[in-house]
Amino acid sequence: MCIVECENVRKIYRKGTQEVVALDGVSLKIKKGEFLALAGPSGSGKTTLFNVLGGLDRVDEGCVILDGDELNQLTDSRLAELRLRKIGIIFQSFNLIPVLSALENVEFVMLLQGIPPAERNRKAKELLGDVGLGGLYARRPAELSGGQQQRVAVARALAGNPAIVLADEPTANLDSQTGARLLALMKEMNQTRKVTFIFSTHDRMVMEYASRLVHIKDGRIRDE
Amino acid sequence: MLLQLAWRNIWRNPRRTILILAAVTIAVWSMVFSSALMRGIADQMVRNGIATLTGHIQIHQQGFRDDPSAAMHMKNPTELKQTLQDHLPPGALFSARVRTNAVASNARHSGGVTLVGIDPDREKKLSFVSSSIISGNYLDAEDPYGIIIGTSLMNSLKTRVGNKLVVMAQDTRQKMSSRAFRITGEYRAELEATEKEFVFITLPAAQNLLKMDEALSEICIVLPDREKVRETAAALARILPKDHEILAWQEMLPLVTATLRLYESIIYLWYLVAFTAMAFGLVNTFLMAVLERIREFGLLRALGMKSRWIIQGVMTESFFLLVIGIALGNALGAISVIGLSHTGIDLSVFAGGTQYWGLPKIIYPVLLASDAILVNGIVLVLGLLVSGYPALKASHFTPVEAMAHT
Ligand SMILES: Nc1ncnc2c1ncn2[C@@H]1O[C@H](COP(=O)(O)OP(=O)(O)OP(=O)(O)O)[C@@H](O)[C@H]1O
Ligand SMILES: [Mg+2]
Repeated sequence: MCIVECENVRKIYRKGTQEVVALDGVSLKIKKGEFLALAGPSGSGKTTLFNVLGGLDRVDEGCVILDGDELNQLTDSRLAELRLRKIGIIFQSFNLIPVLSALENVEFVMLLQGIPPAERNRKAKELLGDVGLGGLYARRPAELSGGQQQRVAVARALAGNPAIVLADEPTANLDSQTGARLLALMKEMNQTRKVTFIFSTHDRMVMEYASRLVHIKDGRIRDE
Repeated sequence: MLLQLAWRNIWRNPRRTILILAAVTIAVWSMVFSSALMRGIADQMVRNGIATLTGHIQIHQQGFRDDPSAAMHMKNPTELKQTLQDHLPPGALFSARVRTNAVASNARHSGGVTLVGIDPDREKKLSFVSSSIISGNYLDAEDPYGIIIGTSLMNSLKTRVGNKLVVMAQDTRQKMSSRAFRITGEYRAELEATEKEFVFITLPAAQNLLKMDEALSEICIVLPDREKVRETAAALARILPKDHEILAWQEMLPLVTATLRLYESIIYLWYLVAFTAMAFGLVNTFLMAVLERIREFGLLRALGMKSRWIIQGVMTESFFLLVIGIALGNALGAISVIGLSHTGIDLSVFAGGTQYWGLPKIIYPVLLASDAILVNGIVLVLGLLVSGYPALKASHFTPVEAMAHT
């Protein structure tokens, strides 16, 4: 069963008279439970594809179907709703709200979803425990290392029970060892929680963790 | 937690927050204080006006105001007094007077005055005379020759307490009538004009001089509650004979009434100025705070926060700042009003100038709940309204734009 289906997606950035074709007819099917790596050089369109899949940006041509919803048909407000309920997002950096503690950052998504306080507190603690940050509930993001921050981001991405987690170069700001450990964690979550993960990287070692590897170059899927 | 988030966001840049708080506090304080000052001035002016013989309500024979002569009198005082006794609200005071234009003179000098015959005991309770005696004594009801005059008149007649003063006036039969009095007391009034104008003798002495028998020119009423004046005046107008004219203080002191209105508009103008200055500061600093956090708003949007919630968040921050600023401003306002409510602000240094404006010599600020509520309401509601602009701005970043922002 497919969680994500892209059909012939094109995304064109226009700057004045200049046109940059960031995605040039991308078609991709992602099955439930996959742990998919998107690899490609800088400027190949990875971030653009993530934005499109995550409902953060709209396509110019083609269509994206996520868990049964065609994203282009949704209003901005419905898209926000979909991001909240179905997508967990992990960025390269600046993932956390600086004035909230690690625990509160994880709770935040559940708060927006309307989950009662006791339950979201319990679940946030459990998730932080699972990502190995059991004792650091009260730390603010500034008081955590880069690797720890990304772990909180993983916990936060999972907190809302998403259909899919999108992680755009989650390890780019980490040293390779820390990066590898983060990936191992994500893989573990993928297997124990049966959550679909897509992540992008241009680090070969990180790609090793993928159960499926997709190459992208100049806005086109090259091979698998 | 959303409230917590807003609260913590406020304190991310304490310096800026304190700056905004100071702006709101000062604006609110200045509004509260200036309105208290205005109320104080107004109150004092009205009080002075009322205590200087006007009272809250006066009753005359129709036509007395155009021709304040002895001939314009009310002939059945006993009946009139009984009616008042029966119909005035409990706690109300009234006093009967005779009043006419006269000339006061001694051997060398003379001057035009208003001669007022009063009931010394009753008058004591409702006008300024008895409490303003600075030398000699207040009128003795038993002394038909006693007269009280103001310092100013005393000076221009070059006389003093104990001297003789001749008063001459037209009686009810249009004949000149005069009598010698002895100055028993000197009074000081808020306004020099008052001191120059009024001389006081006992009611029987005046009735005798003007050949009025028991008749009266004026009844002055002071009510326990100033707010009930118009209502009571209207009620009296229904009961009393049609040849009586009933006037409320607002009609007797048209200048005071007009000045009060002027002051009120000045205060509203000041509200506008103070609020505008505050609003600019508020919007500017908030805009700065929002622009610094573009990436964060992008993150919130990416997590699935709707733009409506982002607006709410920024507005909540503004609400906190406004509420704290308003509370501080009110506290400061209350402190300064209370601090000055005993000593007052002494304007007597500028007495010449203030008299010109009809200002009292000492202002005691009066803080009305209704004014404070108005100020707080204005600042809160309009403050939230103007912070809607930075809030809208914050909600308009698309997540992709915002996250790309560095
Ligand atoms: N907002 C934008 N305006 C114009 N062009 C853009 C914009 N965002 C991306 N592009 C262009 O689109 C192409 C794809 O960019 P994208 O960011 O998706 O690449 P990427 O694979 O994520 O690169 P990197 O590995 O450096 O993050 C690039 O040529 C880039 O210059
Ligand atoms: Mg990228």
